[in-house]
Amino acid sequence: MAKDVIIEIGLEELPARFIDDAEKQFLEKAANTLTELRIPYDSITSFSTPRRLAVQIQGVAAFQTTIEEEAKGPAESIAKDADGNWTKAAIGFTKGQGKTPEDIYLKEIKGINYIFIKKHIEGKPTMELLPVFKEIIEGIQFGKNMRWSTETLRYARPIRWLVALFGNEVIPFEIAHVQTGNKTFGHRFLGKEIILDNPLQYQSALLESYVIVDSKERERLILEGIHQLEEKEGFTIPVDPKLLNEVKNLVEYPTVFLGSFEEEYLVLPSEVLITSMKEHQRYFPVISKTGELLPHFIGVRNGDKEWIDTVIRGNEKVLRARLADAKFFYEEDQEQSIDFYLEKLNRVVFQVKLGTISEKVERVVHITKQLTSLLELDETVKKHAARAAEISKFDLMTNMVNEFTELQGVIGEKYANSFGEDPVVAKAINEHYLPRQANGALPESIVGAIVSIADKIDTIVGCISVGLKPTGSQDPYGLRRQATGILRILSARKWNISLEKIIEITQSLYQTLSIEQAEADEVTRELHEFFQLRATFLLKELAVEQDVIQAVVSKEIGMFDYTEEKAKLLSVKRNDEAFKSVQEALVRLLNLANKIDKMFVDPNIFETDSERALFEQYENSITAYDEANANKDAQQALSVLSGLSGPIHAFFDNNMVMADNIEVRDNRLALINRIAALIYDFADLSLIEWKQHF
Amino acid sequence: MNIQEMILTLQKHWSGQNCILVQAYDVEKGAGTMSPMTLLRSLGPEPWKVAYVEPSRRPADGRYGENPNRLYQHHQFQVIMKPSPDNIQELYLDSLKKLGIDPLKHDIRFVEDNWENPTLGAAGLGWEVWLDGMEVTQFTYFQQIGGLEASPVTVELTYGVERLASYIQDKENVFDLEWTTGVTVRDIFFQPEYEHSTYTFKESNTKMLFQLFSMYEEEAKTTMEKGLVFPAYDYVLKCSHTFNLLDAKGVISVTERTGYISRIRNLAKSIAKTYVAERERLGFPMLKKEEK
Repeated sequence: MAKDVIIEIGLEELPARFIDDAEKQFLEKAANTLTELRIPYDSITSFSTPRRLAVQIQGVAAFQTTIEEEAKGPAESIAKDADGNWTKAAIGFTKGQGKTPEDIYLKEIKGINYIFIKKHIEGKPTMELLPVFKEIIEGIQFGKNMRWSTETLRYARPIRWLVALFGNEVIPFEIAHVQTGNKTFGHRFLGKEIILDNPLQYQSALLESYVIVDSKERERLILEGIHQLEEKEGFTIPVDPKLLNEVKNLVEYPTVFLGSFEEEYLVLPSEVLITSMKEHQRYFPVISKTGELLPHFIGVRNGDKEWIDTVIRGNEKVLRARLADAKFFYEEDQEQSIDFYLEKLNRVVFQVKLGTISEKVERVVHITKQLTSLLELDETVKKHAARAAEISKFDLMTNMVNEFTELQGVIGEKYANSFGEDPVVAKAINEHYLPRQANGALPESIVGAIVSIADKIDTIVGCISVGLKPTGSQDPYGLRRQATGILRILSARKWNISLEKIIEITQSLYQTLSIEQAEADEVTRELHEFFQLRATFLLKELAVEQDVIQAVVSKEIGMFDYTEEKAKLLSVKRNDEAFKSVQEALVRLLNLANKIDKMFVDPNIFETDSERALFEQYENSITAYDEANANKDAQQALSVLSGLSGPIHAFFDNNMVMADNIEVRDNRLALINRIAALIYDFADLSLIEWKQHF
Repeated sequence: MNIQEMILTLQKHWSGQNCILVQAYDVEKGAGTMSPMTLLRSLGPEPWKVAYVEPSRRPADGRYGENPNRLYQHHQFQVIMKPSPDNIQELYLDSLKKLGIDPLKHDIRFVEDNWENPTLGAAGLGWEVWLDGMEVTQFTYFQQIGGLEASPVTVELTYGVERLASYIQDKENVFDLEWTTGVTVRDIFFQPEYEHSTYTFKESNTKMLFQLFSMYEEEAKTTMEKGLVFPAYDYVLKCSHTFNLLDAKGVISVTERTGYISRIRNLAKSIAKTYVAERERLGFPMLKKEEK
């Protein structure tokens, strides 16, 4: 007869960030294991709170399914000897299956007869198999594990109790010296010890003991509490889903409350108030209907409404202390000047081998100036960019950033404005940190974009020059994120500057510094390889396939917006039947390129019309190709190259490239080299797996 | 409840759990964890239970007695249990009840907080305990100490005495807390707060401090080579405090800062190794005692 199962892992408070994923793993592992073990069930659900992970399975069969299985043996020709007797191979096979040759029967597969055995596998009682939950529980992965007491198991937090019931029977197993039983615990303070004698009581028994085991339900209750307050008080509470998710996993029984702080603290930058509330205290900030921050916050207590006033007062006191501190810092910071902070940057190491932050800033200023000049930006932009670079890091020395490190840049902008800097400059201080995550927002202003690139390329070239390349999951300086950031900005800005040029100006700067570094060519090679991987990552997001990516980035990454256009175009052409003949011509030519190191073509040595025609077409194409390139018109550039395909076919059809006459041969190879160079400039088409044939 | 009664209550509670009550260690340090009663004793297989109040000096936090929440020197009530008992959370919550904190009237939570002290090559996992949103205790299962794996695992509870008191006594300013009847924190600690801040930020003899750092470091090394772990460790603590004074004054020159930290860490690491070796040579006496 079918029965129900409840398995609960009781833990010391799990980190909120691990809970959802652990619950999901628990559910999936349990479902998969039951299927693998051929144990039928009606339905399975999972639960979680900070102190427990659980699965409940309804209608679990009392026995594993019994099955008939067919085992395939050798072919009949091997299984029987010339006299038609069973061979050793056949007998061995039957023995291996626990049977005798009498059980053999024949079946034909693709015209060949094989011997077979039928096996009957009797289902075992489910109860005997359920201790498999020990492995399931031990197999749940967490972001970070620990050890406790004298136990060898590594787990997110210590396991304190285990419930494992099949019907009303305890499924016996033990993990880290904790025995399974039928006893669970309610809310730490409001609840009590609970003896479960029916797995289906789980949810209701815990609810009585002030534990809401369904995390979605806790989320719903929090939202409901928030909406009630919104309606009652007439203000708005923007719900950050990440915070909501964390808060629901910090409580077993949520009660939403409203707290307040003194209006005087509203003079603080709103980011400081929001960070204090959200990041430090896990409160939801409150805004007015018109979007201004109000001196209130929403907290969520782990418990009921009793004594909520004491809890509110306590929370208000904590926030007040934090804000008082912040206000003290804010006022103290305002008394200094930007120069005061810049001077302090002299004392802070950016990276031991790469010097102080002041030194880094000097490099960023230099790169910024080079960039604005190469991009021929107007004088105001040049001036703003240089100033923004110069003061880009000043806020790192303020009390406020020291206290709220996550607000670097944000505080810089606020303070720069109040110190009387141009708002464009102030904004760039914040924006030069963008994108903060690989897919985060990009700088909106041109000045912010320039300084962002300068700052990032300095870090990347600097680190790689002194041997600090990211390895595996180790990327302590965030070089990958920053490289992706540069490429994304270049793609969005569509500037006429190649990544290689930016690297070049940075590397030549490093050549003038007294920093001990690897040999320049080697660094250039490593940088190319490093950026290639980042470019690949971004192109893959555009659904470009690996071979096309290789074709467009193998030589250089170039102007990344144009590279992206080429990649998109080639992804289409790769499957385009009409492009087949063109592609064949161009690739055929590339396959013969660079056999000799010669680029000079002498028209007087040509012997055939097709040679002359190809050369002429090539010479006529150059201007058109350059023009398309200058307009970053990938379509046009490829169409110019396509124009060469007819003459190329004719050339190969009518000439022996490897002519006996060396002079003639070398002249033909040089012609091929010249044209190949033009094609390579577009992309290395020989790396593409052309799909038109299919 | 005043601070004195709080300390007595906690001492009685943990003494009831067979913790040895020791006194504060007499060398300046930044945290109770740095007392050899914690840092060294949590190494190796020997069981260990101890509780003590540790005055902790954080020169950079000195505010001339003007800031209501920050102190050059505050007090930590430190509990160490090795191996960590299975009911440690309950034992801790009982201690709060004895301090008059009724969990039903408050919101007590364990919020993930992983602790790391690179200077000591130490790391642990655990929580900060929130009392109505205020962090009142650091609760840590040591995983690594002095670069060595902690096994069995030690659990460390660090109560912030002033934090907790400001909650219990409902005071906004730390200096208004009552230490004992008729005596406030201001009466006892205001003058030293002011003077230590002045000394740290303005008057300290930088050149002498640099010399002291090198001398202490040298002495720690030579002492350790002679297998004298405890005296060597005292000098490591002195190095650490001297470094903190220099750092607070902002005179640790550029590239040197990380260098100083790694110098202290290297000392702490080799002392940890030597300590375990010495205890092993002595046959892990506390382990034998346990067996009897």
